[in-house]
Amino acid sequence: METAYLIETVIKIVVILLVFSALAGIGTYFERKVLAFMQRRLGPMNVGPYGMLQFGADAIKLFTKEDIVPTNVVGPIFKIAPVITAATAFIAAAAIPFLPSFTLFGYEVNPIVSDINIGILYILGVMGIGLYGPLLGGMASANKFSLLSAARSAAVFISYEVVTGLSILAPIMLVGSLSLIDFNNYQIDNGWLIFSQPVAFLLFWIAAFAETGRTPFHLVANDHEIIDGFGTEYSGMRWGLFFIGEYANMFFISFVIPLIFLGGFGDGSVLGAFAFLAKMSFFFFSFLWVRAAWPDVRPDQLMWLCWKVLMPIAVINIIITGVVMMEG
Amino acid sequence: MFEAIAFYLFAFLTIVMFYITVTTSQALYALTALAAGMIFISAFFFILGADFLGAVQIVVYSGAVMALYAFGMMFFDTTRDLKEKQGNKYVVVGLSTIAAVLVVLIFMAPIISENITALYPIGDGGNTQEIGMVLFTKYLVPFEVAAVMLLVAMISGIVLAGKKMDESLTLQSEEEINEKASK
Repeated sequence: METAYLIETVIKIVVILLVFSALAGIGTYFERKVLAFMQRRLGPMNVGPYGMLQFGADAIKLFTKEDIVPTNVVGPIFKIAPVITAATAFIAAAAIPFLPSFTLFGYEVNPIVSDINIGILYILGVMGIGLYGPLLGGMASANKFSLLSAARSAAVFISYEVVTGLSILAPIMLVGSLSLIDFNNYQIDNGWLIFSQPVAFLLFWIAAFAETGRTPFHLVANDHEIIDGFGTEYSGMRWGLFFIGEYANMFFISFVIPLIFLGGFGDGSVLGAFAFLAKMSFFFFSFLWVRAAWPDVRPDQLMWLCWKVLMPIAVINIIITGVVMMEG
Repeated sequence: MFEAIAFYLFAFLTIVMFYITVTTSQALYALTALAAGMIFISAFFFILGADFLGAVQIVVYSGAVMALYAFGMMFFDTTRDLKEKQGNKYVVVGLSTIAAVLVVLIFMAPIISENITALYPIGDGGNTQEIGMVLFTKYLVPFEVAAVMLLVAMISGIVLAGKKMDESLTLQSEEEINEKASK
């Protein structure tokens, strides 16, 4: 029994790693195409039909590029920083159920690595560690602009983790569990949480943009300084690992939002599974859509939004939820 | 068997990380090793079945060490080695002795611990619920006192830091900033 469990877990981990590393690469293709169509361009067109092999060409470029470690950097920290970003994104995925359980060759498969009963807390905590990647990369780079960017990204992440944690507290109070499977099952009987917790849904969605460092909260890279922020000194596959981490995080957050607020995969039918993937795709698309539609906000506007608007709303939402639950 | 492997792996990693924290003269190494050590400690909670405390350990310490990074950024050039002052030798010897005694005590603990039973063993409700029950019944007063202390710290922090909060350098023009600086 234990051996079978071990083999099953290892296979699941390898499948998730392979699928989402590839998806992270293909995600860049989608991003360039979506942005291009929204800006009335064609995007990548030359490599393969409709530029679909562009992802492969990019991968070859990243893998074969010279790996430069500049002279004055703190070597070991500089080298480990991209690994932290990529690794924590995938470690967080251990508690996400990607599909309902299904039967394959008479063997029941649960597409979740480990259904720990504190799923959400674990996912948010480990995604929080992911911010050490940009921070260490920036601090070890011996580059003033990298350091500035690292400080800025740390401030953004820490602030928005407060909003994420508080906004998700009200749904947790309703469900009474921290496991994502329990969230899914609760919504089968009681309707989607987006209808009973619309405010929490909006707050969590907004905070997700900050957690993944996407436009309009894209302060991790200094676009206005025309350099790539904490990643300025990186090249080749080390830079690629930062990229994989960012896109994997976007995909995992896109799985978590529908699981918590939009009914997840429902009762586990095939239709429910496809609906779940469709919801996930919509939230991934929203990351690209927003990037095409809105410019970045200023750092002070970002902090104002977090501490003076979103956080009070989240606290009020929790109090109202608590009062309603006591009355009911 | 897996528990034993995991325990020895994470015990080794934790000790190595804290050893680096203490011995290195490079601020960035020390901070990073501290953060890593704190996160590896959470593994022990997971091994013991205290999932909730393990996740809280990750959340709390990854944030807390982040604040240390901010200080490191402000006070040091973190890419250079620091010259440490060698302090009083007697203090070093005394602390080492105490540490050695502590290690012996820790290794003796398994002999004594046979007689120890958990006050609130985890029931069927899952340990998040159990922690909540104990925290809000038996340990309510310490819990609330800690909350009040944190509130005091937060308010004093805002009062200390918030003297010029209504001024925004970003919104001011170049002349206004220069005028302020020349005063």
